[in-house]
Amino acid sequence: MKDYSYAKRKYVIAGFITTIVMIYLIRLFSLQVGDDKYKENADSNAFLRRVIYPARGLVYDREGRLVVFNQPAYDVMLIPKDVGRFDTLALCKVLGLDKAELEEKWKEMKNPRKNPGYSAYTPQKLISHLSQEDYGRLQEKLYMFPGFFVQKRTVRQYAYNAASNVLGNIREVSAADVERDRYYRSGDYTGDLGIEKSYEKALRGEKGVEILMKDAYGRIKGSYEEGIHDVAPVSGKNLTLSIDMELQQYGEQLMRNKIGAIVAIEPATGEVLCLVTSPGYDPSLLVGRERGKNYAALVRDPYKPLYDRAIQGAYPPGSTFKPTQGLIFLQEGVVSLSTMYPCYHGYINGLRVGCHGHGSPIALKPALQTSCNAYFCWGFKNMIDKRGTKAGDQFEKWKNYLVEMGYGYKLGIDLPGESRGFIPNTEFYNKSYRGSNWSANSVISVSIGQGEVLATPLQIANLCATIANRGHYFTPHVVKEISDSTIDAKYRERHTPHIRRAHYEAIAEGMRMAVTGGTCRTANLPGIEVCGKTGTAQNPHGKDHSAFMGFAPYHNPKIAVCVYVENAGFGATFGVPIGSLIMEKYLTGSISDARKGIEERMLNSNTILTSGVTKH
Amino acid sequence: MELQNTEKDISVFRAVDWITIVLYVILVSAGAVSIYAASYDSDHANIFDFNEFSGKQFLWIGLSLVIGCVILLLDYRIWETYAYLIYGIVILVLIATIFLAPDIKGSRSWLVFGPVSLQPAEFGKFATALALAKLFNSYNFSLNAKISNYFRALIIIFLPISLILMQRETGSALVYISLIFVLYREGMSGLVLFSVVCAVTYFVVAVKFVEPLILGIPAGEFSVFVMVCVIFIMMLLFYCKDIFVARNVIIGYLGAGILVTVLDLCGIHINGTVFFLVIILGGLIYVALMMFHHHLQKYLVTIAFALVSVGFLFSVNYVFGNVLEPHQQGRIKVALGIEEDLRGAGYNVNQSKIAIGSGGLTGKGFLNGTQTKLKYVPEQHTDFIFCTIGEEEGFAGSAAVLVVFLALILRLIEIAERQRTPFGRVYAYCVLSYLIFHVCINIGMVIGLCPVIGIPLPFFSYGGSALWSFTILLFILLRIDAARKERRD
Repeated sequence: MKDYSYAKRKYVIAGFITTIVMIYLIRLFSLQVGDDKYKENADSNAFLRRVIYPARGLVYDREGRLVVFNQPAYDVMLIPKDVGRFDTLALCKVLGLDKAELEEKWKEMKNPRKNPGYSAYTPQKLISHLSQEDYGRLQEKLYMFPGFFVQKRTVRQYAYNAASNVLGNIREVSAADVERDRYYRSGDYTGDLGIEKSYEKALRGEKGVEILMKDAYGRIKGSYEEGIHDVAPVSGKNLTLSIDMELQQYGEQLMRNKIGAIVAIEPATGEVLCLVTSPGYDPSLLVGRERGKNYAALVRDPYKPLYDRAIQGAYPPGSTFKPTQGLIFLQEGVVSLSTMYPCYHGYINGLRVGCHGHGSPIALKPALQTSCNAYFCWGFKNMIDKRGTKAGDQFEKWKNYLVEMGYGYKLGIDLPGESRGFIPNTEFYNKSYRGSNWSANSVISVSIGQGEVLATPLQIANLCATIANRGHYFTPHVVKEISDSTIDAKYRERHTPHIRRAHYEAIAEGMRMAVTGGTCRTANLPGIEVCGKTGTAQNPHGKDHSAFMGFAPYHNPKIAVCVYVENAGFGATFGVPIGSLIMEKYLTGSISDARKGIEERMLNSNTILTSGVTKH
Repeated sequence: MELQNTEKDISVFRAVDWITIVLYVILVSAGAVSIYAASYDSDHANIFDFNEFSGKQFLWIGLSLVIGCVILLLDYRIWETYAYLIYGIVILVLIATIFLAPDIKGSRSWLVFGPVSLQPAEFGKFATALALAKLFNSYNFSLNAKISNYFRALIIIFLPISLILMQRETGSALVYISLIFVLYREGMSGLVLFSVVCAVTYFVVAVKFVEPLILGIPAGEFSVFVMVCVIFIMMLLFYCKDIFVARNVIIGYLGAGILVTVLDLCGIHINGTVFFLVIILGGLIYVALMMFHHHLQKYLVTIAFALVSVGFLFSVNYVFGNVLEPHQQGRIKVALGIEEDLRGAGYNVNQSKIAIGSGGLTGKGFLNGTQTKLKYVPEQHTDFIFCTIGEEEGFAGSAAVLVVFLALILRLIEIAERQRTPFGRVYAYCVLSYLIFHVCINIGMVIGLCPVIGIPLPFFSYGGSALWSFTILLFILLRIDAARKERRD
């Protein structure tokens, strides 16, 4: 059966599509033939889209001193398709290369493995970082080399030979970077290490583009439609570091010929005042044509200067760990301030943990003052082996306190590569003891910061800042301000472990006593009430690590510092003097005459020679 | 048996509509050449390199020819017999896709089988066409016989739309809207089509012309009010055929218009919205009073149309500002020329216009396009493939492609009308509706006349799913059409 009643409607549908096609044909005609705007370019070979690179953001320190800035550099670019016949010798002469070198560069450019973005149609980089003079000469002779042009770039310059671990550097993007972020084109730069990496998005700005017209011979004929299609670049944002560059430099001087780290934090804000790792390197080594060579040398260096010990080094915290134990015992009610434990040159209870000479029995504050091992072993034993509880459950509780204090996980500093340290949990010991039949004595050394426990100098400094604040901390960070923007809200958030303020007050008092009449006497600055705790950490590599953490002043603290010197002996011999010098320098701006001797000794000593470590 | 089979096969190839086949082959070959040009790179010039887009596309084309031949060799009755079954299976696959598909650029529409990915939404098209055709083929089925028939048809259409929307593939879902042509051909009131045209016009005018203010309201809104009045009068004249009432309304409106102009000149400003609401309502009340019983329904339709138009106008700004997503607003604004936004929503369109515009009358020549070679146009081998043709083959080439598409669509209308069963006819109209939608929207967006909606240009855009989908659609139609003669034998 055929339905004729609506058959006429096919004309409506046919008419509809015919009308649309007619409209489209008229539009196409006006675009392609009628419009002069496009017609002018119809015969021209192409537009040249020249990328205008924005200035990368500048970096200032907390006092407003310029730290990182830009300097112009020139790259020789070419579009392979447009490169006509040219005099290679003339080019060699202009660029100061010999023919073999030029051929080598040419081959490198075309090698898809080295230059994954190669295409005969897009601008390719032949030579990077041309000197100012070469640039001048080339610019003059550019007409001789069709298809060639010069791209202006900026490279980084550093005002201080310091803080390379914080600042990082910039490198050319890899194929993987281009894959991950469509913003990048082969040949662009991106941040590597330090804030250059973690604040890449803020620093890089936005690329602009300039559309130029070329004639059939590839010569540039000026901008397209007077530049109305050009896009201006947006400069990168400037960063203000929380780092005090003078203090940073001073710290690096003190750590010369030593291996280790110094971290100083402003307790009230969590701002990192200095973040020293030693040995370091000159940041300007990683700029310019020599970057690749220098980088390889740094990677090969046995002392690993690229390794940021301040945030990546996981060390046994040693006695700097004792304040955490005191806090946990007090909060758990295992001890009170008047609880006394015996110490006959050590903790003797089936096994022996050695200690040094001081009165016995001993209470918490004097135990901190003298760094008594036995006190903390007894406290730990009474907590883990508490009657009516399981060791595993108690240990889990113990671990949770430490996690709250910032141990065992990354603190979240705004730098790449932070280590999380290590705090064992119950499961870890159940595995290594094949079951739950372990007790406090099995793991007793964790109570004095030895054994399985590992912490970064940053985590130790953060603990110190928490004590300085009497019970809270802000996640440490190195960038204080971003121009036209704000730093991540997580750096303004207060973290408060579940431990009462009064307990922190007791610990602070014990640390004050260590300075006035205990292990940290060297740190007793005239006119400033310093609080401190030494650490002497045994390790399997050589001499003990020398550690110190301290804050000052006692009331309303302005600085919390952690010093960690690898294989340098007692905490009191290197940790305390270096830490006290940092505090003195920051708080008073100079070192008092009475202490010049200590400063001299620290600047000139070499702990690498005496480390007892045979192979780094 | 075997002898008979061969005879039948021969007759299929004799009876098949060769004009359509030729148009199909022209389009597919031109598509392959364009993809080769769009992804051409002098360093990888091998046209059959399967690692390149063009090489892969040749593989898809080869497979689609096989699919086409297989469909021609199959019995035409299976499509009618299994229409609902196929529809059901495809619907299940569409549902499964929502849950199984990985998130690719925010859409969950691609099923990945190792190296091959398929977009089930593409195959929803032919399944829906079959199901709709089968519904209309039911005994004594007529769209206008019962209101429930409309519902049945709309359910078949809107089930895949909603599933594809859930996969966040708005473009592919909108394609099914084109089936309105099928409903129109099968007896849906022309008023619906007219309403759609009016709605689009109102929307464009109201959104585009914000300035200047006339009678205190934007020029766009003013114009839409005027259009509502004019259409109201036209419907009285030509639909209700009531010259007397129409004449009075015209006189009334002209009088009101002159009055408000004079008052405005004298310094008494009357708000435009109030003015138009008063005269439109006045007109409606007058018509309601003057209705003649034998034309009751037509008067009611006229009144309803005017009321809905005014309601639509008031909701346009709300819908545009609050219902559409910001990127969709951006695309519409670019298409309407309200803003250029060369870095954002307008970037593709501007680049594609530059590419096409630089092609001139005869183009820059095969493989000599620079705009597309330099990869200024994003998606140039998929949704924006028409750019390559425009740039390299110029107006001559791009116009030719448009004309071939037009020829194919007109030919399909011809084929549709010569079917002897509603099944064949409805199916054919489905196919050509899809084709109309794809061609209009895709080319429209490339030349900057439509907002950017991500749907491919049939037979041209890179990708297996779309090519196979249109090949299957077309060859099933050709097979059904070939059977028309077969039956007589």
